[in-house]
Amino acid sequence: MVGAAPPPSPRAEADHRTPGDDRPVMDLLRFAAIGSVDDGKSTLIGRLLHDTKQLFDDQIEAVEAASRRRGVEGMDLSFVTDGLRAEREQGITIDVAYRYAATPTRKFVIADCPGHVQYTRNMATGASTADLALVVVDAPKGLREQTRRHVCIAALLGVRHLIVAANKMDLIDWDESTYQRVVAEMTVLAERLGVESCTVIPVSALNGDNVAVRSDAAPWYDGPTILDALEQAPAGEWAGAHGDRRGSGARLPVQWVLRQPGGGRTYAGMTNGGPLHPGDPVVVLPSGQRSAVTAVETLDGPLSEAAVGLSVSVQLADDVDVSRGDLLASADDHPEVVTELVATICWFDPRPLVAGARYRIKHTTRVTPARILSVDGRLDVNRLELLPADSLAENDIGTVTLAVATPLAVDPYRRNRITGSFVIIDPTTNGTVAAGMVGPPELTPLDPDSTPFDAPG
Amino acid sequence: MTTTLDRSTASSLEASAETAPRAGVDHLDLLEAHAIFIMREVAAECERPVLLFSGGKDSAVLLRLAEKAFRPGRFPFPIMHVDTGHNFPEVIDFRDRRIEELGERLLVASVQESIDNGRVADPGPLGMRNRLQTTALLDAINAHGFDACIGGARRDEDKARAKERVLSFRDTFGQWDPKRQRPELWQLYSGQVQPGEHLRAFPLSDWTELDIWQYIERESMELPSIYFAHRRPVIERDGMLLAESEWVAPAPGETAFEETVRFRTVGDATCTGAVRSEATTLARIIQEVAVSRVSERGATRADDRFSETSMEDRKREGYF
Repeated sequence: MVGAAPPPSPRAEADHRTPGDDRPVMDLLRFAAIGSVDDGKSTLIGRLLHDTKQLFDDQIEAVEAASRRRGVEGMDLSFVTDGLRAEREQGITIDVAYRYAATPTRKFVIADCPGHVQYTRNMATGASTADLALVVVDAPKGLREQTRRHVCIAALLGVRHLIVAANKMDLIDWDESTYQRVVAEMTVLAERLGVESCTVIPVSALNGDNVAVRSDAAPWYDGPTILDALEQAPAGEWAGAHGDRRGSGARLPVQWVLRQPGGGRTYAGMTNGGPLHPGDPVVVLPSGQRSAVTAVETLDGPLSEAAVGLSVSVQLADDVDVSRGDLLASADDHPEVVTELVATICWFDPRPLVAGARYRIKHTTRVTPARILSVDGRLDVNRLELLPADSLAENDIGTVTLAVATPLAVDPYRRNRITGSFVIIDPTTNGTVAAGMVGPPELTPLDPDSTPFDAPG
Repeated sequence: MTTTLDRSTASSLEASAETAPRAGVDHLDLLEAHAIFIMREVAAECERPVLLFSGGKDSAVLLRLAEKAFRPGRFPFPIMHVDTGHNFPEVIDFRDRRIEELGERLLVASVQESIDNGRVADPGPLGMRNRLQTTALLDAINAHGFDACIGGARRDEDKARAKERVLSFRDTFGQWDPKRQRPELWQLYSGQVQPGEHLRAFPLSDWTELDIWQYIERESMELPSIYFAHRRPVIERDGMLLAESEWVAPAPGETAFEETVRFRTVGDATCTGAVRSEATTLARIIQEVAVSRVSERGATRADDRFSETSMEDRKREGYF
């Protein structure tokens, strides 16, 4: 029996958000933590969360208790993100763990990605929405092939900024030449991948040096800590401008048609590429019909600008035929409509990909049958070169030419991550068997004197 | 000596300016937009979705997001409450009021019915019904043929939930296999399943407890009164404060005493603990949450305490 009657539910005073509010506007940065097995990725994330006081006391207690149960002295910080029973038993990360942290001006979404090549598909999942990659390298052991592969996948997926933790520096007494070796290797790799910035930081995740707190273990180093670098990185709008600084014009893949009282229709979806405004001339793709935006609406009222990343519904001036799967785009800067395309893919299925195979692809809000016309090349991760291939095996990256049953409105991936990406689905299992990006990979081969493989078309 | 490769400082600065937060577009706007996007994708790609509503703050946010996604139309799915029968009356009142305001369809999957039909064993008048919800949920999914359940779980709540996809696959037994999850790239959510299988969809995946409260405040949302500080008789047990009720009575050696408390999370009345608090307004609650040293479920959910992998174990069986 409940005692005193609780008070009636109070409604909060409306807190009108206007520019000039004294509450700081927080932006959002998504980053992926990548690296090879045993290089200390999960420990680094655990350390970052611990030292920035993002961990609650009960979570710390739980990690301490779990560590004791498994015979680990002190606290195994990797348990902060390795939460599955199998992960703690085996001491490895199987799937992506998402953790959250915030400073007064920035919210972080952290994807701690598995390092083992067997879990490449899970690493790609974590990196696909990242603005930045935190790469963990075992400094004494150097840059491993698996780390190269992950940095390569991250760069292909559009990550333009790297923060590299040269970890385990405590094991070699903070030897500066070891650190410089990591810097040299990462710089070469970053340049060849077209990455915009690469900051290498000497750390010890185990002891906490230079992760959140600066240490004087390396007096020769006066750069940022990992936390400093994360706070200074450009904030992400990964659905917006990327690579090509101008980005693309506005795009709105139609997800859902809203029927308005009075008989009108508005087209709902999330804006990407560039902002949308009432009055903007637009084209409906793939049909090519032209119209103009008369209103951009939300349940809270109309907007004068739909910024990239907002979910809105759009009213058009003309009575045109628009349904889910269609794309509304700026009339003067719109995607190309194709029935055949060349794409870079990361293959996830145990069964190899070969020419002639039939699948479904999902591109923005359209699902359509697709056929592989040819497999054109496989990427050699060490040399960053496309070599001739007629099939792709599990965890390979390569290029293919494919045909689609319904015309698609696509941009090259480097211009727009939404209209430039797709997934390949196996219709018999409903499993996602590949991640696809429109266009060839943007890489400079390691040996400038070698003859690059010319992809067809 | 700093070693940084900056390919193009000028364009980086330009990029920073372009990607700087615009007036009025903050992290809550982006989280809200993504959640609406997920709901619209599920509604479009799945044949028979349902929205799971517990009466708690996260599912209250889901209802608000569904309004933003689908109004002026009706929701393209019914709302379902998996009812243990051990509810705080304030939560049921809130549920009924909200449903009537929305004019939407409510289904109730009853754990009591599962017990009466012999589907699950009765844990007795003082037993915990949390795990029994899984059977009621899976039975309801089978009976109605739902192929997608939209739920309010968040990744920051629990280390097993931290591993979930946004659209998470469940097999014909309703089981979650964390070692074999489908890849999920960009915002391409694939809703196809075979008959008998289903998906769980989590629009609030990237929202933290603080984000939820800030959103509730921003939207001036109504919540069950028990979220706000009030006096009630409680019993201290296993380091938790449980509300005295028809299902929670003092055991030998325990006494009930009055305390000013609020509930941080709302589960079944037999396993949800209260916290001492004077916060009667959203602003005060937000302050408390922001400085709290204990996680939302840490001090207040007995169901999470059975083992180190209690949530993972339940989810493998088909729990939320």
